[in-house]
Amino acid sequence: MTTVLGFLGRTQGKRRFAGVDLLTYLYLGIGTIIMFGPILWLIMSSFKSQSELVKFPPTLLPYSQPSVTVPGYDKPLDLYNVTLDDGTVKQMALAARVGLEATMVDPAAPTTTVKVNIKQIQSVEVMSFNLDNYTRGVAAFDFGVYLRNSVAVTFFATILTLLVNSMAAFGLSKYRFAGRNAIFVLIVSTLLIPLPVILVPVFLVITQVGWNNNLLGVIVPASATPTGVFLLRQYMLTIPDELLDSARIDGASEWRIYWQIILPLATPALAVLAIFSVMWRWNDFLWPLIVLSHKELFTLPIALNSFQGQFDTQWDVLLAMTVLTLLPITVVFAFLQRFITTGIATTGLK
Amino acid sequence: MTSETRKLPGQARKGIDGAVNSIASLADIVLEPLQRRFGVQKMAYFFVLPNLIIFGIFILLPMILNFYYAFTAGIHLLPQDRPFVGAQNFQTLFACTNFANPNTCNQDIFWRAVWNTISFVFFQVIGMIGFSLITALALNRRIRARGFFRSVFFYPVLLSPVVIGLIWKWILQRDGVLNSIVVALGGSQLPFLLNADWARAWITLISIWAQMGFFTLILLAGLQAIPSELYEAGQIDGANSWSSFRFITLPMLAPTMLVVTVLVIIRAVQVFDQPFVLTGGGPGTATVYMVQYIYSTGFDPTTPQYGLAAAASIVLGAALLILTLVQLRLGRATEL
Repeated sequence: MTTVLGFLGRTQGKRRFAGVDLLTYLYLGIGTIIMFGPILWLIMSSFKSQSELVKFPPTLLPYSQPSVTVPGYDKPLDLYNVTLDDGTVKQMALAARVGLEATMVDPAAPTTTVKVNIKQIQSVEVMSFNLDNYTRGVAAFDFGVYLRNSVAVTFFATILTLLVNSMAAFGLSKYRFAGRNAIFVLIVSTLLIPLPVILVPVFLVITQVGWNNNLLGVIVPASATPTGVFLLRQYMLTIPDELLDSARIDGASEWRIYWQIILPLATPALAVLAIFSVMWRWNDFLWPLIVLSHKELFTLPIALNSFQGQFDTQWDVLLAMTVLTLLPITVVFAFLQRFITTGIATTGLK
Repeated sequence: MTSETRKLPGQARKGIDGAVNSIASLADIVLEPLQRRFGVQKMAYFFVLPNLIIFGIFILLPMILNFYYAFTAGIHLLPQDRPFVGAQNFQTLFACTNFANPNTCNQDIFWRAVWNTISFVFFQVIGMIGFSLITALALNRRIRARGFFRSVFFYPVLLSPVVIGLIWKWILQRDGVLNSIVVALGGSQLPFLLNADWARAWITLISIWAQMGFFTLILLAGLQAIPSELYEAGQIDGANSWSSFRFITLPMLAPTMLVVTVLVIIRAVQVFDQPFVLTGGGPGTATVYMVQYIYSTGFDPTTPQYGLAAAASIVLGAALLILTLVQLRLGRATEL
């Protein structure tokens, strides 16, 4: 204990451990519980069986009641702790229940049964991480279909975003042409026009293009993001023009310069944009909500939302699917955590 | 054996690189003649074109069409089927004897949504700035596991609003874990999502929970940009920790705080998905916000009122425009 305190009490430099430090750790500790607690609770709950989920007050860890197959009975029987008349406690299976009377059978000796009052029995509970919700959910919820849609949208939208925006950024940063500044200002000023403001006409355009209920309607429109153009252009401005000139002298075409010089040099900015794009597309809600109304085209967020409306009480499956939905982005974050946080701090984007 | 396995990924990677590169050089078969025909500088148009086409069709065109919708009526989506009605949609929206009392308005839900949004923005901004600033200050201290704590506070930012809505719906429901804590402490179950005030409070708190990590990061970057010489000079002059916070940190952080505040407001005005999942606008209309009004008016499955929705979205757009202009104005003022 003293070593733990000593470890926590150590500070960098010569400063003493002050009251403010204690307060800081206290705040951050409570903060950690508040930030992570809800997610942990979701994960714990997703392993609980239906009967465990409706229990009030709920238990922190998932428990389940084991059952045994006893010869002579068709179905597996639930296990209970039975307080026998002589005071001993014995683990027995519940064979039948009529009113307040329960017929218990000893799994070791299936021929003898004991009749007891139900007050004398208590269900055996062992901690178990039940994957049942996941397997049932994946089957009933068409998780595979929604996952495939989400992955397809995220992957192709990100590729398209990177390509289209880096091309535009290259054109806007490395050439002089009539209307260049006008185009740049036009693109960047639409940063102020969020989707909710143009909801109705966007729906018309999508319908007219024929992309209603088509994943292309989710992938293409949002790929020309002003944020992407802005971010990449600012980065490409720092690449010296002399590099392009010497490539031109060597006979490289403009496309080759873009592909083999600019893109490799802009990798850090492209990586930041790629991460943002994955985040945006994976979590996107309002746009796919409008474009997609056929169930087989739903992305995960849309599917989760429709599922909660349809079966308001099917929490068991819903919780498991929610965990599966947050899993990929969590894995990405775990690996690229430092990169993402510094990326946001320097660009100020989300 | 080991050399074999070590070689394989490299080869595979080279293969993918090669494939991508050969596709890319295919583009040059078309582009090189173009370049010879139009010259190097004109190639810029080619590079900008794909972006401009997508941008023009899906952002610029809708922006213009939005005005057309706002001044036409009917349930038809196609512009040619919609009769021109002048400012009627706006008149309907603003038909109100007393704007503070939505019951006296023709579109009472719109005005409820407006007032809900205003109160949401007000409380959310205060909470968001407060918690983000405290967290950033805590993370800016010389503490252990700083990276860990920073990630903890940031993590919810990455989650989908639908996931966030579901997590909290599960926690806040009548027989949920929070109510079990309340009961364990001797209270009785509280109607967290079924009472208007509770629901509003939770939506505000959850949105702070979900987004504060993002603003904390920006404020933290602002704090770290303050030169440490200032604090050293302050110490020599006998400043205690409060006065160095009050006279060094706060003034130096003011520009960042301003940007963050406006960013928080602009985002809060557009609140939609997380309350939509959590409460669906309820109980009653207690948590209907402006974007949800636009969505449910324009995309009602039986009688979509596109004109009214477009008019409402222009009101929302105007509010956002004003806020942005304020931001630019303030930004310029602080630069001087």
